[in-house]
Amino acid sequence: MLEKALKGSPNYWGGLGILGVVMLIGLGAYLKQYDEGLTVTGLSRDIPWGFYIAQFTFLVGVAASAVMVVLPYYLHDYKAFGRVTVIGEFLAIAAVSMCMLFIFVDMGQPLRVLNLMLYPSPNSLMFWDFVVMTGYLLLNVVITQVTFGAERKGVAPPNWIRPVIILSIPWAISIHTVTAFLYSGLEARAFWMTAILAPRFLASAFASGPALLIILCTLVGSQTNCQIGGKAIQKLRQIVTYALAVNIFFVLVELFTGIYSHIPEHMEHFQYLFFGLEGRNALVPWMWTSQVLGVGALVLLLLPVSGRNQRVLLGVCVAVITSIWIEKGLGMVVTGFIPSPLGGLMEYFPTVPEILISLGIYATGLAILTVLLKIATTIREELETA
Amino acid sequence: MDKRKRSFLKVAGSSIIGVLGLGWVRPVTAAQVPGATRKPVEALTGKRLALAVDVKKCSLEKGCSACIDACHSRHNVPTQLQAEEEIKWIWKETYEHAFPTQAHRYTESTLKQQAVLVLCNHCENPPCVRVCPTQATWKREGDGLIMMDQHRCIGCRYCMVACPYGSRSFNWQDPRRSLGDQLNREYPTRMKGVVEKCNFCAERLVFGEEPLCVAACRSKSQALLFGDLEDPDSEISKTLKERHSIRRKPALGTEPQVYYLV
Amino acid sequence: MSDYGKIILGLVGFLVLCTSPFWYQVLSSDGLPAPELKLPVGEQGCVESKEYMRALHMDLLNRWRDAVVRDGERIYVSTSGREYQMSLTGTCLGCHTSRADFCDQCHTYVGSENYCWSCHVEPINLRVEAR
Repeated sequence: MLEKALKGSPNYWGGLGILGVVMLIGLGAYLKQYDEGLTVTGLSRDIPWGFYIAQFTFLVGVAASAVMVVLPYYLHDYKAFGRVTVIGEFLAIAAVSMCMLFIFVDMGQPLRVLNLMLYPSPNSLMFWDFVVMTGYLLLNVVITQVTFGAERKGVAPPNWIRPVIILSIPWAISIHTVTAFLYSGLEARAFWMTAILAPRFLASAFASGPALLIILCTLVGSQTNCQIGGKAIQKLRQIVTYALAVNIFFVLVELFTGIYSHIPEHMEHFQYLFFGLEGRNALVPWMWTSQVLGVGALVLLLLPVSGRNQRVLLGVCVAVITSIWIEKGLGMVVTGFIPSPLGGLMEYFPTVPEILISLGIYATGLAILTVLLKIATTIREELETA
Repeated sequence: MDKRKRSFLKVAGSSIIGVLGLGWVRPVTAAQVPGATRKPVEALTGKRLALAVDVKKCSLEKGCSACIDACHSRHNVPTQLQAEEEIKWIWKETYEHAFPTQAHRYTESTLKQQAVLVLCNHCENPPCVRVCPTQATWKREGDGLIMMDQHRCIGCRYCMVACPYGSRSFNWQDPRRSLGDQLNREYPTRMKGVVEKCNFCAERLVFGEEPLCVAACRSKSQALLFGDLEDPDSEISKTLKERHSIRRKPALGTEPQVYYLV
Repeated sequence: MSDYGKIILGLVGFLVLCTSPFWYQVLSSDGLPAPELKLPVGEQGCVESKEYMRALHMDLLNRWRDAVVRDGERIYVSTSGREYQMSLTGTCLGCHTSRADFCDQCHTYVGSENYCWSCHVEPINLRVEAR
């Protein structure tokens, strides 16, 4: 199948070329970090986790959201998702790869990362995260390989793959749950210590992932002869709408508990996030942007215009992704450290190398996705013309 | 693709993975040595080693830093780093920051401004140990010290995220860059990318000597008491029975083993 | 199949490339100077036999590391019944006083880098006596 990725239009190669350049720049920045240590980042003793771990968290959500197309298609035999499903699974593969890279670049001693397997520690959620992420990657690689291979040959996929697919559904839920548990079980950090963190992660994932899928499907439709039906897009739009509504509800629920209870250790974090604390307010404009985009997108999604007009729908999808990216990729992680358990008020700003490395990883993920989608679309075009 | 080519690639691929997998067996099974290992007879042992800080006696306030200097210089802890990258095993904190839930608006001014000595609490229920994905930090059987293996640490900093006391420091850069020639050659430094913290001077306890901070304070204010809490006749046990003591963030259930006599 | 020639050529090329360091050594006139270990004078022997140390010193060091760091043990009783303090800088480098004249000789020769010295400090006269 891989040979299909080797023949493509100048657009395809140009795109991959640009991604390759960004990847190389990221690699250069990483070599600097490898040489000098994590001092090149904006992290500090008070804020030991930042941009990398936050991107990891956001992308676990994107990976898990594949379940939103896999579940209706395989469990409820929802035929309209036939063509979207493989795109969702490929997106999951790309996202999990990025997750692993983000964890890797966050390590202080990357060469020892295999200690995770040499000294397995079931009491650590990071160990479980490693296990479920690796498992999810394998599941999706096997499932796409087998189902798409069968589709190409025009035969039904073998029977044994069905239980594997069914297994991938709870597995998808598990990767984001475990990622939430990474945070929510820590007595030191009141901001994350909320039972709703895992459900919130899932809700925001099921809004941002399918929004990304709508954009991807539209892109695939405009660049190739593989059209994803309008029915599938409308169903995805519905999923985004419900998930986004639930996410906004969850955020409000959490705000209520955190603020009404008036426990300083809980409230101060929300104060920092939305209003600033003692003049420290780097995240305030971001968070309000996120809220406005989220609520605005929900209103538009509920109006019929987003169903009729493709441009409006695409705009809404961009708004949803941006809103949730700010929420998870900027606000969620860092705010847990501000103020610190000793009342310290240090802020965090990612540095240039940190951003270049992150862009490099995003470019790697996009390149993986591009190649996978290229293979899928080429084969489907061939099947249709044959 | 040709059927034979395909199965060749499959076999070749899985063979390579298998050979790579075999490479793992060695590090796990190796390290059988002919001789035997044991503890020195003079080792200072105890069932629950703990420290008591007499805040009233301590003269941190008056500019004394004998304990901190002794610890940091002998353990090769760099002291010239910026606040963001600071490494601290034992340090001075205000009462308000050390005991955020206990200080209130009308706390007596002597106490509120009081400098408090803080360090790793060697918790009975250590969150750092719970989260470590490689067992690079663990609670030692026998005396309950929280140990750290810098050979094993992958630098994920999960333990720093989990510690409610800010007692763990990360080497954001090579510590030797700022240590210069001021090395204590009898103790290793650390390398960049690993976490470190107070070890209650395990390297001294094993030869029957008390921790450096306690030894340094003995000739100054005599504000530090170190000993076994499970031994009812130890000085620390007796003192804790007689005087009022508090611990940092007791509500979290970590059971700190550093007690403050106030 | 028609691609046999190409495949064989590719495999041969791959093998040559993989083994090129060896060919380079054989063909280059001067070659790499063999390691010259300076052994301590007036010592009866190492903690274990020369043969064991030569082949498996890394296992011994790993065990010493784990015993000291993880098990809180400090004394090594060798097969000959002699007791040593398990200390890289105190015991090992107490006799082998120079890392450059001893460790690095072979380690540099075979290109096997160890990271002991990123943390452990080379001592100056820090010898710990065996008991």
